[in-house]
Amino acid sequence: MGMREAGKAATAPESVTTESRLARAVLIALAVLFLAIFLILPVLVVFSEALAKGFSFYLTTFKDADAQAAIRLTLIVAAIAVPLNTLFGIAASWAIAKFEFPGKSLLTTLIDLPFSISPVISGMIYVLLFGAQGYFGPWLTAHGVQIIFALPGIVLATVFVTFPFVARELIPLMQEQGSADEEAALTLGASGFQAFLTITLPNIAWGLLYGVLLCNARAMGEFGAVSVVSGHISGLTNTIPLQVELLYNDYNFAAAFAMASLLTLLALVTLAAKTLLEMRYGDSLATSSRL
Amino acid sequence: MQSFPVGASIARRRSRSSRRSAALRQARAFAAALALLAASVHAAAAQTSLLNVSYDPTRELYADINPLFAADWKKTSGQDVTIQMSNGGSGAQARAVIAGLDASVVTLAVAVDIDAIAEQTGKIPADWQKRLPDNSSPYTSTIVLLVRKGNPKHIHDWDDLVRPGVQVVTPNPKTSGGARWNFLAAWAYARQKFNGDGNKIETFMTAMYKNVAVLDSGARGATTTFARRGIGDVLIAWENEAFLALHELGADDFEIVTPSISILAEPTVTWVDGNVDREGKAKAAQAYLEFLYTPSAQRVIAKNFYRPVEPQFAAAADLARFPKLHLVTIDKDFGGWAAAQKKYFAEGGLVDRIVAAAHR
Repeated sequence: MGMREAGKAATAPESVTTESRLARAVLIALAVLFLAIFLILPVLVVFSEALAKGFSFYLTTFKDADAQAAIRLTLIVAAIAVPLNTLFGIAASWAIAKFEFPGKSLLTTLIDLPFSISPVISGMIYVLLFGAQGYFGPWLTAHGVQIIFALPGIVLATVFVTFPFVARELIPLMQEQGSADEEAALTLGASGFQAFLTITLPNIAWGLLYGVLLCNARAMGEFGAVSVVSGHISGLTNTIPLQVELLYNDYNFAAAFAMASLLTLLALVTLAAKTLLEMRYGDSLATSSRL
Repeated sequence: MQSFPVGASIARRRSRSSRRSAALRQARAFAAALALLAASVHAAAAQTSLLNVSYDPTRELYADINPLFAADWKKTSGQDVTIQMSNGGSGAQARAVIAGLDASVVTLAVAVDIDAIAEQTGKIPADWQKRLPDNSSPYTSTIVLLVRKGNPKHIHDWDDLVRPGVQVVTPNPKTSGGARWNFLAAWAYARQKFNGDGNKIETFMTAMYKNVAVLDSGARGATTTFARRGIGDVLIAWENEAFLALHELGADDFEIVTPSISILAEPTVTWVDGNVDREGKAKAAQAYLEFLYTPSAQRVIAKNFYRPVEPQFAAAADLARFPKLHLVTIDKDFGGWAAAQKKYFAEGGLVDRIVAAAHR
């Protein structure tokens, strides 16, 4: 029975499509060509340009004090922004998926806001708020607090841009799972926190990891919003993407691509981790991929 | 147990004394840490940092000058100084300083950008340009044309840029200081050619901007567009930027064309009083900019393809690279930056009109 069904499933695509073999071949070729030109080729170019002056030059790029400062800053920013948005994402999706409250759909929409706003605008918002001429500028200046063109501004902009990633992964997943398990736990005498730790968290673990990975990749790679609030001070407020631009503008092409290769590697690792997660935990991730 | 009272008491005493000595050690370590902290605070007083907010093409220049000044300042004041750089389009950099970028000094492409900081923040006095010699420009440059090797499109002067089929690369005058000099240089040529006939000048400028292939936001972006990405037949560029492109990207690929008329481009420098006074860096900031006029700095300036204001200090070989050409000036020929800004570059000014007409 099962075998026969599987057999039917395998032949199903043939029967539902009416295109000729040729049309299908052309379509597949187009898709592959498109992928090669727009995705694979650029990645290869990054690495070939990065290694254009040899592997030893590639390594010396990372010995430069400014490059190391950029890497450090990027790691610090991600280390602050990602946990913050993980906490927020869990809290928001928990609230949205398990409870009914007024303004719920508004909250869901608001979480998506950073996706629909251009990152440059996200940066500008913080300049308008915390810049010297901004709303809080005079107070901040009087108290000697520097937000824009310093670490706090870069963190704020990054948090804003990466805001939806974790929540967006978890909300559909939690909604799918419903709250029956938690209700059972509660009737058996578990506290709310216990129910969260022993029931909810294990249920969402892989979706959460997936969201955190995406959030991290974006936090490290964000250019637009960070560029607006950074001030571009070499060795101080340049993150890896900004350092790439700086090196490129300095005619230091091989070094620029060497730095870029770091981000590309991060992307590839994220992609590999994502694929692994989907292969092993496809079921619990399935709902999120339906987004 | 009873038979070893002495030993036990010794043991107890020893443990107490060892506990006491541990506490003592901790206290000593704490005191040492405090002393170290105090020392580091003291050391901080003997070192300072300056943030130089500059426009795009000065990266290589200040990379050479900063260590020279740091050594000089160490000798004269005993203080260690590190100089941090921030580079970008001149107008964008000015806006960042206005929004609170903590610049110690600004070294921008056009005086009007520093005027904007002075006006909007009050951190710089209005008469800042009189505080240093030569209108506060320790180096000047001019605008030239960079073409591909062999000059395949036969570009020799400004009127070759309006010919159909010639692709021009220049940055956006609204964001780039260099692009404003480019605009004025072309304008000066057209004004001479058409005897000041406003309509003909505007038609000429519109035709030129119609030929613009890419309008980057900064001078360096325009240079990489032309030189690295291979777009366009001619780049209108700072002379120093054109020389640097030859130097960095290969003299075999490009050549410099000197137009019959160009403009004396005067990038200006000043310290930001409002920032450096608060941080006690005023002396170092002022000394840094005054250092630009010293023989060793002027020599480095000429080496980096900028025209030194004190050419007697520069190497003759470096000076020989600069062609002699007819240069108009912003003060004599355009009534100063404030007037030029208002007429050409302000919102609704001539640039807006010309760029809009060119895209029609």
